[in-house]
Amino acid sequence: MRPLFGPGRLLPGFRLSLGCAVLYLSLIVLLPLSGLVFKASQLSLAAFWDIASGERALASYRVTFGASLLAASINAVFGLIVAWVLVRYSFPGKRVIDALVDLPFALPTAVAGITLATLYAGNGWIGRYLEPLGLKIAFAPPGIVVALTFIGLPFVVRTLQPVIEDIEPEVEEAAASLGASRLQTFVRVLWPALLPALLTGFTLAFSRSIGEYGSVIFIAGNMPLISEITPLLIISKLEQYDVVGATALAVVMLLISFVMLFVVNGLQWWAATRHGTGAADGAPR
Amino acid sequence: MSRFIRQLCATLALGLCALPALAQLSLLNVSYDVARDFYKDYNPLFQKHWKALSGESVELKQSHAGSSKQVRAVADGLEADVVTMNQASDVDFLAEKGLVAKDYARRFPNNASPYTSTMVFIVRKDNPKAIRDWPDLVKPGVQVILPHPKNTGNGRYTYLAAWGFALRQPGGNERTAQEFVARLLQNAPLFAAGGRDATTTFMQRRIGDVLVSFESEAELIAREFGKGEFTVVYPSLSILTEFPVAIVNPVVDKKGTRKLAQAYLEYLWSPAGQENAAQNYLRPRSPEILKKYAEQFPPVRTFTVDEVFGGWNKAFPAHFKDGGSFDQIYQKK
Amino acid sequence: MSVPPARRRATAEPAWLRHLLLAVGLGFLFFFLLLPLLAVFAEAFAAGGRAYLEALQDHDARSAITLTLLVAVLVLPLNICFGVAAAWAIAKFEFRGKSLLITLIDLPFAVSPVVVGLVFLLIFGAQGLFGPWLAANDIKVVFALPAIVLVTMFITLPFVARELIPLMQAQGREEEEAAVSLGASGWQMFRRVTLPNIRWGLLYGVILANARAMGEFGAVSVVSGHIRGETNTLPLHVEILYNEYNAVGAFASASVLALLALVTLVAKTVVEWRLRREVRMLSTALPSEHN
Repeated sequence: MRPLFGPGRLLPGFRLSLGCAVLYLSLIVLLPLSGLVFKASQLSLAAFWDIASGERALASYRVTFGASLLAASINAVFGLIVAWVLVRYSFPGKRVIDALVDLPFALPTAVAGITLATLYAGNGWIGRYLEPLGLKIAFAPPGIVVALTFIGLPFVVRTLQPVIEDIEPEVEEAAASLGASRLQTFVRVLWPALLPALLTGFTLAFSRSIGEYGSVIFIAGNMPLISEITPLLIISKLEQYDVVGATALAVVMLLISFVMLFVVNGLQWWAATRHGTGAADGAPR
Repeated sequence: MSRFIRQLCATLALGLCALPALAQLSLLNVSYDVARDFYKDYNPLFQKHWKALSGESVELKQSHAGSSKQVRAVADGLEADVVTMNQASDVDFLAEKGLVAKDYARRFPNNASPYTSTMVFIVRKDNPKAIRDWPDLVKPGVQVILPHPKNTGNGRYTYLAAWGFALRQPGGNERTAQEFVARLLQNAPLFAAGGRDATTTFMQRRIGDVLVSFESEAELIAREFGKGEFTVVYPSLSILTEFPVAIVNPVVDKKGTRKLAQAYLEYLWSPAGQENAAQNYLRPRSPEILKKYAEQFPPVRTFTVDEVFGGWNKAFPAHFKDGGSFDQIYQKK
Repeated sequence: MSVPPARRRATAEPAWLRHLLLAVGLGFLFFFLLLPLLAVFAEAFAAGGRAYLEALQDHDARSAITLTLLVAVLVLPLNICFGVAAAWAIAKFEFRGKSLLITLIDLPFAVSPVVVGLVFLLIFGAQGLFGPWLAANDIKVVFALPAIVLVTMFITLPFVARELIPLMQAQGREEEEAAVSLGASGWQMFRRVTLPNIRWGLLYGVILANARAMGEFGAVSVVSGHIRGETNTLPLHVEILYNEYNAVGAFASASVLALLALVTLVAKTVVEWRLRREVRMLSTALPSEHN
């Protein structure tokens, strides 16, 4: 049953934990990022707009955000399956495969990009079977999606794993003994419990993809207007020693990501609260 | 848990101890990324020379990465005594910031570039597409591999080489040059991330019919992929690529290493330094040594950036800044 | 809807679905993880085992490995403290601006690594905000260890918190509240109730943060200065070797990074196994709490 006091009022450490978190966040993230905004503010509004809304810039937003969204969606679907398989089923080599999931973080992004480009190029281990089918992956926009899927996979799997491990078998047994089919149990009991973590994983994979540079440039082909990502344009500004222009593009990306993350987090919070009440109704204690 | 903390403290202490070690006589050479082999051989030569000259032993530290990334780092406080770059525009940037002398190019002989190279074509074994010169690169059906023309040093040199070639043809002008370069870029299936990436794409992934690269890099490619795998083709006219060096004034003044830095760079023009360049497939400035290695450096007609474009400080904004000729090619569509 | 036969166990998927999920999941991992890993090792051993070992005995490679481990050791403890504190506040309490706080925690992921490096240069670089002051006092931040640690802190900041938040939310408040109402102090409650509950999530978070801390390239590359044997981390070393046409050395170093990540997983497995044994011993000694 819920406490009579306000939520969490009983528990200690609110001020301490929040204080620590906010302080650390301010020092490591907010202060440096404010430096970025400060630098970009040296531009006049018109100049800023010119840089942010150029034809190449707009095309690069489309490529970056589109590929990220696609990659995060692929990861959400397959990541859920992978996490489920890794937690619930036993099969030979499971530990090794579990370990592999972190690989995309451990490999320097450049190595990932070079390796993926080699695999998916026309004469690569994978590309040689796809090219005859007319599927060109490396050095075309699909290559970007492949790289971003690789980069984002651990987020979804690793966010879901502890939650799946945490689902108590009693809940499922209860549902089963009440006559629910497996599908019903999944939809009514498991899905609501998984959804917040799935959304978290999706969000993280998505946001990580937006900023990714190191792996993408090796597989994208980098053709202006077609396969040029926004971080490449930022690098291009830096190559011209145009730090202010680079920060302008960086600020635009930051704002777009912030808004998108904020919306997804809001959605997730909504889902979590709904699930909270749903579980309280459904699972008698 | 306490053991972990002890270990942590030990590591921290170790990290701090490493700082005073910097106090001995040392020189940091900030350089571009394929220069490592050159300086790996050159540094021991200079250490011996300096020991004989002054009796001191000196620690030589190297930093290698993309050329313009390196000069940005120097401008942001990387304490380089000397910079050894592959493009004058990078050293110009430091001159603009007041970190190197405005007339750095005249502080040392030969435009302050101890060796040179040129852009050549690397084609498949036995040259199946019969690529001889620049016009063969714009023919339909020929795929050209080059690094990003706007963001990488090699790519920029390739771009300017093609531009300069077209300009020097009968009836050539800025418009025909831009058309020629645009057609060449249309034959590029991708823009590689860097010189090395272009090579991997061409040699390992077997994409494209011709790779445009530094003459000196052909040797590195042979080392990695085998000599018989490709043929080097010298175009009728190419660009002379210079590798300017300079002393970073505020750093050597602060560290008191000016004499050392001066000697370090001057020694690049010594017979030993020039010979080392030739052994690393960079064309030495010394005529005698160039003659000695004539077999590996066939004569080639070249133009410099100064001759055709009036220097990097003109060529860079005209072609590679936002809105420059490269961007125009992609805006017309 | 027809009621399924009573015998049928609804706590597991039917066999066909189980096999399908296994095939899809493993197939996906095969193409996206296993093949790239194999390709890395294939390149690393392209010139034989001797060349592989020689590449790793190189002085620069070894100092790069040391630096990479040092950075991870410095960053992780701070990251854990932040992650637990933030997750505790967010998951167990209601307060205004919570969504904003979560979004800010996510933000480091969305910032391009190159921009992260740039941001720290804008603050601590010679032309940056504090640059002149730092130079006057002879404090080195950029192109030295402090900046490498700072950018790694930035990059890995969200991991632990983000792993813990959904987990702690799912667990609710009841257990901790029970502990407190039974008279436990805050620390006791945390050690006896919270920590055991979140240990898997925490472990995953640490493993991820660790892997990312060791593997980060873009941001570190901007602030490191690339001084050989001094400020070169392993990922930077990999890129430099590759650019120098030393593919064997580059991929050998990359395989070390992959192996380091596997080591953390082995550690996790060991911890898991020991904890399981502990739990089993406890449950035979004590009557079950569940009924």
